[in-house]
Amino acid sequence: MMGFVWVGMLALSVCAALLEGRLGVLTGAAMEGASAAISLCLSLAGALCLWSGLAKVMERAGLTEKLGRLMRPVFRRLFPQAGNDPVALGYLTGNVSANLLGLGNAATPMGIAAVKRMKALSGGTEATDEMCLLIVMNTASIQLLPTTVASVRASLGASSPFDILPAVWVTSILSVTSGIVAAKLLRRVTRRA
Amino acid sequence: MLDLLIPLLMIIIAVFALAKKQDVYSALLDGGLDGLKLLLSIAPALVVLLTAVYMLRASGAIDLLTRLLAPVSRVFGIPTETLPLVLLRPFSGSAALAVGADLMAVYGVDSPIGRTAAVMLGSTETTFYTISVYFGAAGVKKTRYAIPAALIADLTGFVAASLTAQLF
Repeated sequence: MMGFVWVGMLALSVCAALLEGRLGVLTGAAMEGASAAISLCLSLAGALCLWSGLAKVMERAGLTEKLGRLMRPVFRRLFPQAGNDPVALGYLTGNVSANLLGLGNAATPMGIAAVKRMKALSGGTEATDEMCLLIVMNTASIQLLPTTVASVRASLGASSPFDILPAVWVTSILSVTSGIVAAKLLRRVTRRA
Repeated sequence: MLDLLIPLLMIIIAVFALAKKQDVYSALLDGGLDGLKLLLSIAPALVVLLTAVYMLRASGAIDLLTRLLAPVSRVFGIPTETLPLVLLRPFSGSAALAVGADLMAVYGVDSPIGRTAAVMLGSTETTFYTISVYFGAAGVKKTRYAIPAALIADLTGFVAASLTAQLF
């Protein structure tokens, strides 16, 4: 998949360079891009290292479970079926709280476990309405602290790397809400058909 | 307020963990190593993708594409310059990061375009990857309306990011 995207990008740039008569700059640009990537990695490394460290502290201190417990009442409403199954509810709240805290490594296995449990409860191989809802909550990022982006901003000399937080929060709330509304609407449409 | 947020958060996390009798220092080191491993694992992708992005930009392909797609992005109120990011985001996290970091560097990290790119990156996910991992690992065959619903959420995110990056 990404192979096609990459070849497409190169083909497109060769075509454009031919059209614009800029063939001479392509080789230099390729080398420059490769070295820019390593500079980016190096300037990111420190901040990313620090945040991953703090993420591990949160994980070991049991912050994920604590947050999960707080979210239970909301989840019983959003997921009437899985919310009444203690195992599924545990995975669900675990997945979402890990996502909120930016613990991607912990969120994914719990999300998969939640989908597996929901599948066992439904007995089919078709995505249930509640699975679609969970997917939307995972694909619309709900991370409270977008630390990677903030690290990139810091590495490029932003005056205040985290000042995008309010904008990120409002945007995340809007996109998750619209995703949930879209899922509910599509659920009705697909049922009638 | 925001100046205090991050330092305070760091202290709260550490104190909370100490109260739970956790070895905070070794957790910081272990996590930090995880972070470096993660960086190492995405480094080759960033090299390969930024090479392509630099070639696209130097060849004038990005300018051409931007001019071509300007009417579409205007309808949604998304800055045309961020379109490459919008198009790559659902497919590849590192490609989006490469393009986003490039936008921030070229237009300025505190410029409207740079901020919009940052908000977009911070508030969206690699949709297709997430769906394939979750449903694939759990053995769900029919995804029904999961993809359209997720893409609607993404589009809302991109449009909202274009607005909020300037508002706040």
